[in-house]
Amino acid sequence: MDKLAAKIPQGPLDLKWTNYKAHQNLVNPSNKRKLDIIVVGTGLAGASAAASFGELGFNVKVFGIHDSPRRAHSIAAQGGINAAKNYTNDGDSIYRLFYDTIKGGDYRAREANVYRLAEVSNNIIDQCVAQGVPFAREYGGLLDNRSFGGAQVSRTFYARGQTGQQLLLGAYSALSKEIAKGSVKMFTRREMLELVIVDGRARGIIVRDLISGKIERHSAHAVVLATGGYGNVFFLSTNAMASNGSAAWKVYKKGAFFGNPSFTQIHPTCIPVHGDYQSKLTLMSESLRNDGRIWVPKFKEDAEKIQKGTIKPTAIAEDRRDYYLERRYPAFGNLVPRDVASRAAKERCDAGFGVGSTGLAVYLDFKDAINRLGKHVIEARYGNLFQMYEKIVDENPYETPMMIYPAVHYTMGGIWVDYELQTTIPGLFAAGEANFSDHGANRLGASALMQGLSDGYFVLPYTVQNYLADQIGVSRIDTDLPEFEKAEKEARATIDKLFSVKGTETVDSFHRRLGLIMWDFVGMARNGENLTKAIEQIQELRVEFWKNVKVPGNNEMVNPELEKAIRVADYMELGELMARDALIREESCGGHFREEYQTEEGEALRDDKKFNFVAAWEYTGENKEPKLNKEPLEFEFIEVKQRNYK
Amino acid sequence: MSKSAFSYSSIAKKIVMSLAGLFLTSFLVVHLIINLLILFDDSRELFNQAAHFMATNALIQVFQYVLFFGFILHIILGLILQIQNWVARPIRYEKKGFSELSYFSKFMIHTGAIIFIFLIIHFVNFFIKAKFGHIEPITYASGTYEDLGLLIVKLFEDGGYVIFYVISILLLGFHLDHGFQSAFQSLGLNHSRYTPFIKAFGTIFSIALTLGFITIPLVIYFS
Amino acid sequence: MDLTLKIWRQPDASQKGRFVDYQVQNISADASFLEMLDILNERLVIEGEDPVAFDHDCREGICGACSLYINGRPHGPDKGITTCQMHMRRFKDGETIVIEPWRARPFPVIKDLMVDRTAFDEIIRAGGYVSINTGGVPDANAIPIPKRDADTAMDAASCIGCGACVAACKNASAMLFVSAKVSQFAVLPQGKVEARERVQNMVAKMDELGFGNCTNTYACEAECPKEISVSHIARMNREFLSSKVVSEKTK
Repeated sequence: MDKLAAKIPQGPLDLKWTNYKAHQNLVNPSNKRKLDIIVVGTGLAGASAAASFGELGFNVKVFGIHDSPRRAHSIAAQGGINAAKNYTNDGDSIYRLFYDTIKGGDYRAREANVYRLAEVSNNIIDQCVAQGVPFAREYGGLLDNRSFGGAQVSRTFYARGQTGQQLLLGAYSALSKEIAKGSVKMFTRREMLELVIVDGRARGIIVRDLISGKIERHSAHAVVLATGGYGNVFFLSTNAMASNGSAAWKVYKKGAFFGNPSFTQIHPTCIPVHGDYQSKLTLMSESLRNDGRIWVPKFKEDAEKIQKGTIKPTAIAEDRRDYYLERRYPAFGNLVPRDVASRAAKERCDAGFGVGSTGLAVYLDFKDAINRLGKHVIEARYGNLFQMYEKIVDENPYETPMMIYPAVHYTMGGIWVDYELQTTIPGLFAAGEANFSDHGANRLGASALMQGLSDGYFVLPYTVQNYLADQIGVSRIDTDLPEFEKAEKEARATIDKLFSVKGTETVDSFHRRLGLIMWDFVGMARNGENLTKAIEQIQELRVEFWKNVKVPGNNEMVNPELEKAIRVADYMELGELMARDALIREESCGGHFREEYQTEEGEALRDDKKFNFVAAWEYTGENKEPKLNKEPLEFEFIEVKQRNYK
Repeated sequence: MSKSAFSYSSIAKKIVMSLAGLFLTSFLVVHLIINLLILFDDSRELFNQAAHFMATNALIQVFQYVLFFGFILHIILGLILQIQNWVARPIRYEKKGFSELSYFSKFMIHTGAIIFIFLIIHFVNFFIKAKFGHIEPITYASGTYEDLGLLIVKLFEDGGYVIFYVISILLLGFHLDHGFQSAFQSLGLNHSRYTPFIKAFGTIFSIALTLGFITIPLVIYFS
Repeated sequence: MDLTLKIWRQPDASQKGRFVDYQVQNISADASFLEMLDILNERLVIEGEDPVAFDHDCREGICGACSLYINGRPHGPDKGITTCQMHMRRFKDGETIVIEPWRARPFPVIKDLMVDRTAFDEIIRAGGYVSINTGGVPDANAIPIPKRDADTAMDAASCIGCGACVAACKNASAMLFVSAKVSQFAVLPQGKVEARERVQNMVAKMDELGFGNCTNTYACEAECPKEISVSHIARMNREFLSSKVVSEKTK
């Protein structure tokens, strides 16, 4: 169990991080130059970490899958970023942000980590403003805030509907500054294929140049993974097309534990699926729930008419509408956390009250808000979102209610890390969505941006330095070492194997089939029987994949089909682990909902006696059952309660 | 020049280009006013008087060189900018783009080139003759001047020349329509309220100037 | 709907490219343009042909990766959107669609419809940042910024770096892209400190990379998926001019 030591510093909750920083080991400036750090990923966590390492004087190599760091999927976050600034004087504090986050995560995260997150949240806002991030402001020139799901205070900072973009461009500008200075070297269009471990420590990576197909070796004293989440295992998700879980999966197979893989967030406000050719789902910012009211018809006959297209939603009278969130959760109403809102939508649609041609959608109605505030106010707040909706659905949301349905959005699970964000492989760190992190079983809105930047700007620069302090005697790692040789061979073997199948079915087709299994059995509502079925079906599909996948072309070219094939091959294994994790967790918590474990009212029913732990999965070999390790979660400073948003 | 003109920054070139352009525009206004005098009286007295003043006033004589320099600068910079622009897209599109908000900007080099040819012919026809050739004097009550007006009247009796002149002036108008508002943009003068005004003014100004210049040969030819 | 696609195919940067015609059938009007290309590619893979390479990622109009020149217009016929946000209902059944890569000397073709836009990153590296390090910055509310200025900065900052401005410009000029970044910092107090060096260095880098000159045609504004105004170009010209006019020597 030693491997699972969380290494939480001593002392009271609010002094733990201060104590850590006061006693950690440092590296002096002249030695920093001699130490190399690899950062994989250029999203919020990766870019901010790489820039900060560069500023400290380390020699940094950063790898990105795109042509530019600015394309990382952090860019797509719309709503905002939380911070405990209490600028609105509505009773916010670091403790309250910490408490909301841990409660929102259904008490499945570490207290100390979450507290640190809340603690540095304020620094993030300061940092971003100093970088020139154009946050929304009040007429008096000070920063504006808005409210978000799962909180009773307004603590969300935003930049129109493009907060992720602006924060990423801020981190990208800091990174660009360091690249210009020469402290950071940027490698674009590279995909990580393998991790290299030398004498038990992470010492390098093998990457594929996506343009030439060249397989390259890169070495460093420490490796940071900031490669994002693996929501694309579901095929349809709000993730970008290139977002993938392969880097995380490769390090898992090299010995890093995988934490809570089944914890997936299904976002309640996405544009519903409309065709089988569909390549991805589009999120509509959760901030819409501030002013929009969610409803379905109160009577089945109305719902059926709507599904057939014989009546319009505007024709349904007020007393024939069921504002089910307001009805079930009067205190939080439309602003309940994401998992609650998603499940409630599914419950109504499964019961036959869904709308749209598929019956798999609910309404998000702005009529009242437009009447109360005027169309111009709604336009100023959500204009770009409404426009986006109209482009996709071809309906005007100012006149007819929006249709929304939940979709896979974020993975709370990820590589297991300790308090220092170090994985079970020494010298390998994981940050942002890639780690299993601070969100427990459910992430609150506007917290992903906070966590990515917290890890990158304010945590890793300390903890990686603490790790590197005893590495100053280690000279540059030679990429001719046999360990690099071996890792490169493994990477090449996978590629060769994929080409050698020469089957008849495309990668996308397999991916779509995997996605369906995942959505049906490992999606919003799970049960033991279905999860067992999912494991079997994924195993069968995996066998079929390796017998019949068709990858055209060769390695020495721009080959997007090969890129996808490598990722899908990993999803075929990762999907199974997710199902296994969901199967052993015989409770409902946050985004993980087991139908067998619910209250009479259909709310999630936790089992704190048996499942108050982080499931840290350990790889044991090809086609062998993975080993489950448990990191118990201890709550010293807060009382664990049933979540209640009523 | 210590630096090659190519190495000046694109914006610096554009700023000089626009200043030269605006200066040349002001010259056009003066030129038009004097030209219009020829329609004032049949004896061309007023026009010849003005021409005499322009040819003898010391300040104007000095300014002549400034003007000459302005033309050269505007033309050379225009050429350099255009060459750079062509080089910037070695492979053209199969299907040409049609989006623009200032249509005539696409043809500045073409209109410019024809205006340049016009300028040379114009120069040979008038300026060189006036400056170095012999022009018959004419005597009025106010004094004796060279009868430059007669030169013009004679030229504009030739239909072919009138057509060439009118077309050139029309192109000059197109050139100005874009050039006028563009100069303000290049100088960094863009304002939510004033820019639409400048654009409208530029267009009206270009039309007025074109009409002004065109009226003269037409009136002379048809009378 | 059935369509004829005329697509630029080029194996890599060193080889010559050409247009190849493809037919696609039964495309739903609700499919996005890129989904239509996915359908074509899936068929090409099954038929053993090389699928068409194009850049794309978020498919919701914010990452700036997608970059197709469709029927003579960057990001296709609609205003204010990227290629990935365009839907097939915008086209007519039986239509021929010409799809080309962005064309500009600083954007060489990598393969088919993919171009290399790292020139934009180089311009940002020349000064598109505020030179502060992590930590040690004042409180976020220490400097009030007029809402108007913050909004102007946000207008400029909404640039997604897709390069449509360069693709649309008859001169392949990058002025709209560069000015958006210069402008964002020029109106914010945080950016004022380095304003002079920033505008000079970024413009110099832009010129050095071989982008064309601005002729104020404003095709960039007409085609920008984020509808960024050319008033930012004017602001950059202004900034540039004042940075050159006022130049005091320091010891």
